[in-house]
Amino acid sequence: MSVDYSKLGLKVGLEIHQQLDTSTKLFCNCQPELSKEESEVLFLRRLRPTQSELGQVDPAAFFEFQKGVKILYEANNETSCLVEMDEEPPHPLNLEAVEIALTVALMMKATPIDEIHVMRKTVIDGSNTTGFQRTCLIALGGEIYVGEKRIPIEHVSLEEDAARKTGQEGKIIRYRIDRLGIPLIEIATAPVIYSPKETEQVALAIGRILRATGKVKRGLGTIRQDLNISIPQGALIEIKGVQELEILPLVVEYEVKRQLRLLEVREELKKRGLKEDDIEEKVVDVTQVFQNTKCKVISKALGRNLRVLAVHLPKFAGLLKRELAPDLRLGTEMADRARFWGRVGGIFHTDELPAYGITLEEVKRLKETVNADEMDAVVFVADNVENAEDALRAVVERAREALRGVPEETRAAKPDGTTRYMRPRPGAARMYPETDIPPIKITAEHLESIRKRLPELPEQKLNRLMQEYGLNKKLAKQVLDSEYGQLFETIAMKTKVSPTTIAAFLTEKLKAMKREGIPIENVSDNQFLTVFSMVGKGELAKEAVEEVVAWLSKNENATVEEAIEKLGLKMLSMKDLERVITETLMENADLVKQRGSKAFAPLMGMVMRKVRGKAKAQLVSQILKRKLEERGNC
Amino acid sequence: MNAKDELAGYRGKVLDSLKRINAKVGDLVRVIKNGKVFEGILIPRSEYGDDEHVVLKLKNGYNVGIRVTSTTQIERIGEGAKPAFTPPLPPKQQEGLPRTVIVSTGGTIASRVDYRTGAVRPALTANDLYSVVPELAEIAQIEAKILFSLFSENITSKHWKQIAEETAGYIQRGVEGVVIAHGTDTMGYTAAALSFALQNLPVPVILVGSQRSADRPSSDAATNLIGAVKAAAYAPFAEVSVAMHADFSDRTILLHKGTKVRKCHTSRRDTFRSVNAEPLAKLELETGEIKMLTKEFNKRDHERKLVLKPNFEDKVALVKFYPGMDSGVIDWYVDSGFKGIVLEGTGLGHVGNFCFDAIRRAIRKDVIVAMTSQCIWGRVNMNVYYQGRDLLAMGVIPLEDMLPETALVKLMWVLGQTSNKDEAKTMLTNNIAGEFSSRTLPEIIGG
Repeated sequence: MSVDYSKLGLKVGLEIHQQLDTSTKLFCNCQPELSKEESEVLFLRRLRPTQSELGQVDPAAFFEFQKGVKILYEANNETSCLVEMDEEPPHPLNLEAVEIALTVALMMKATPIDEIHVMRKTVIDGSNTTGFQRTCLIALGGEIYVGEKRIPIEHVSLEEDAARKTGQEGKIIRYRIDRLGIPLIEIATAPVIYSPKETEQVALAIGRILRATGKVKRGLGTIRQDLNISIPQGALIEIKGVQELEILPLVVEYEVKRQLRLLEVREELKKRGLKEDDIEEKVVDVTQVFQNTKCKVISKALGRNLRVLAVHLPKFAGLLKRELAPDLRLGTEMADRARFWGRVGGIFHTDELPAYGITLEEVKRLKETVNADEMDAVVFVADNVENAEDALRAVVERAREALRGVPEETRAAKPDGTTRYMRPRPGAARMYPETDIPPIKITAEHLESIRKRLPELPEQKLNRLMQEYGLNKKLAKQVLDSEYGQLFETIAMKTKVSPTTIAAFLTEKLKAMKREGIPIENVSDNQFLTVFSMVGKGELAKEAVEEVVAWLSKNENATVEEAIEKLGLKMLSMKDLERVITETLMENADLVKQRGSKAFAPLMGMVMRKVRGKAKAQLVSQILKRKLEERGNC
Repeated sequence: MNAKDELAGYRGKVLDSLKRINAKVGDLVRVIKNGKVFEGILIPRSEYGDDEHVVLKLKNGYNVGIRVTSTTQIERIGEGAKPAFTPPLPPKQQEGLPRTVIVSTGGTIASRVDYRTGAVRPALTANDLYSVVPELAEIAQIEAKILFSLFSENITSKHWKQIAEETAGYIQRGVEGVVIAHGTDTMGYTAAALSFALQNLPVPVILVGSQRSADRPSSDAATNLIGAVKAAAYAPFAEVSVAMHADFSDRTILLHKGTKVRKCHTSRRDTFRSVNAEPLAKLELETGEIKMLTKEFNKRDHERKLVLKPNFEDKVALVKFYPGMDSGVIDWYVDSGFKGIVLEGTGLGHVGNFCFDAIRRAIRKDVIVAMTSQCIWGRVNMNVYYQGRDLLAMGVIPLEDMLPETALVKLMWVLGQTSNKDEAKTMLTNNIAGEFSSRTLPEIIGG
């Protein structure tokens, strides 16, 4: 399906969240790192929706609270203290983070706020132990250019990253609080992006400015892109947590497609003459239909004394299996709602049956029990009555929304570019002042001193990379867009390795390795530097770098020396190399005799097979040539 | 809103500019500065903020401070939305549930946030409380009373008296238990004071507070309050006690005996600890089960007649000894007419010999001098070292394992009951409200 996005009236706004590379967290002195250790402290909390005089209680949060949802937090002494546990008031705002945010703001020509006020933004899904996220506005009204087009930047703000979810068992959600409090800069554009491709370009341009500060973290999860996407007739959909830049266009494409398909479903339902009131919230117990079922999921549930409950969706037959995006059907949307509101594992619906061990006969009896005819669909779940009823009520609500078109909601991005229901869209941001943190005055002198030290803009840097290091334009661009851009310059300055070799490795090679699933984020800047300095000093072959880096990524805490030792990549001494070559010549004495100097090529191949990564090819060739000549002279 | 609050916190030239345009907190205001336009709701300024910035809440919800210079224009563009709050209908009082009362002395145990201005408003009536903490309605029938709204560090013995009298009144009217909401800083002192002032209790008196303010979703206020009301309505004991979190989790509420409890951490939820004693009981929030942790308690008994003794003597001091302390401090108390001094000595109950003359003089002048230990855990024993024996010989009264804070409150109370020194000394050393334990058990220090 090719879509003319400008005709369609697509509007996209980007909100980019990037972790800053500060020495401490935003409101305490903990290391801003993720913990790899077992958790040392566990504590269980409930978050209570507070009542406000304006704006309502967040319905989803209130619902979860009423259902008795609790949060089990995991903590480590290394990466969190009482502040993250909400057992100690926050310390004053981290000024290093403020300075980085101001730098970004000035690079985007935004107007810094005179006096920064930290706010509490209510978030009670458990991702913040306090029940709110601390955030502050740093600057307003900037701009960037993508080609000729001006993209207004609505605001630059600074906030604390949230805890990361590590699981959910029934009504207990688990979070680890190491990530909580890592400084995040948030940059929001106006919704002036009109195509999937442009979305990526704008994100790229913002990313370049962020990286230019040299003060942002790298690696998966350190940057998260949220999108607001709308089309006329459709709805404003908020998509959270796109981690890879490359999938941004796909996310937009799929979302547009999803909205268009949902509009088609609406038309189809109207054509079938369905009214919202026709969809009744009538939950029927159909357990007896499945008394002797071969369906494993259901029989297992019945074994645990759970029930099978069903609802009847009139005139929905065939629509639940209607594909909205790859692997996403209207039935999936209903299942996600059921999981969220009913805490169930999933749903069954008649559009996908018979299957899963459920027979045609059972489907027939099911339809009879709920009085459904051919044009209708039936959705059912096997769980305890409370969960099943909550789940089916959510399904009915989603079915009614299908008649209205696209429901406004917050969706979560998946790595393949599709999105799934996450939660209803929260109402207007409920923010109130964080009174534990004094406001911070930003003086003209302070801004002036930052202005004097502003990093070079991406275009300037591109030119400099080409001139200073002799990189071609393609490589220079790759370095500019790489998380390793800064490391490239460090290595190029400190070692004798050719900049082109370094650049090619840090961009193209690393990307390829990442794609193969090698966890290169485990390799530190210092390790890269050591590897390349050894190459520069002739202690390691250029060809061996990949192997060493791959080994290091899989053996954390090991040294480069250990890697070389373990991999047997130690460079051969002159004496050893001469010995290997002499041996090869002797083993192949006949060849040398027959072909004389023409034996060079095959011999070179044989020697290199023996010494690859342990000797420079150039040196091998020199010695081999000399030895051949010496033999010839005999 | 009274005139003072209309521009709360603003001073100097910014206040003048705001007055000139007739702006009030909550109004919509436009500020134009260097060609940039800011529009938002005028927000109160912190009392220690400078007089150069005006604070607006922008449409996106953020507050920002804008520096007002000679070229900055400020206009009032409209009246802000008035705070509108329709609390959800409070659950109905359930007939047949035990009747309890919540007496509030300060600290917000339950509150709502005005997202418009950031103001936090305490829930004041029983209906308010029910709508903020609806679970309460399933536990008890509750009457709510605001006695005063004080930071706990501003509470004095005058307030102890009022709280005791108020509580006694409710008990005489037959409630099943009284909950007293209190700021945590001095809640231990008030608990001790009520333990002495309210004797022969027929029902429990539970003090409760919170370490995280009630306006935040993670506050411990609601869970502590639920635990306190449950204990007031159903606990088998009739004691003055403090109900607060047992640990970092919202799972268990500990009930500490009023004379044995101390605030031990500046910020943690589980700041209150029973010292030199087991907690009275623990209450599981999930099940509501109350489990007694000691056998030494007075049982709930409606037949018992409450004895109210709410008077305290203010001329009593708690003096912490430290190396090189100037003994003139003790002289000052004596010369200022103090009637009692509780020393917080070192270790087993010692002070430097450079204080001996002052102590001798105090006792000679009829001041009661008693000894506790700054170690917090353990019992004083002044027979072990000769410095201790010297102090005993002077007439310093060792107070066993009594907490220094409890000892201060007790001596204030004792001197509020009698002016006869001998009688006072006897009362001071008699176990009146479980302030002494006869045995020191191997409890975990700080645990």
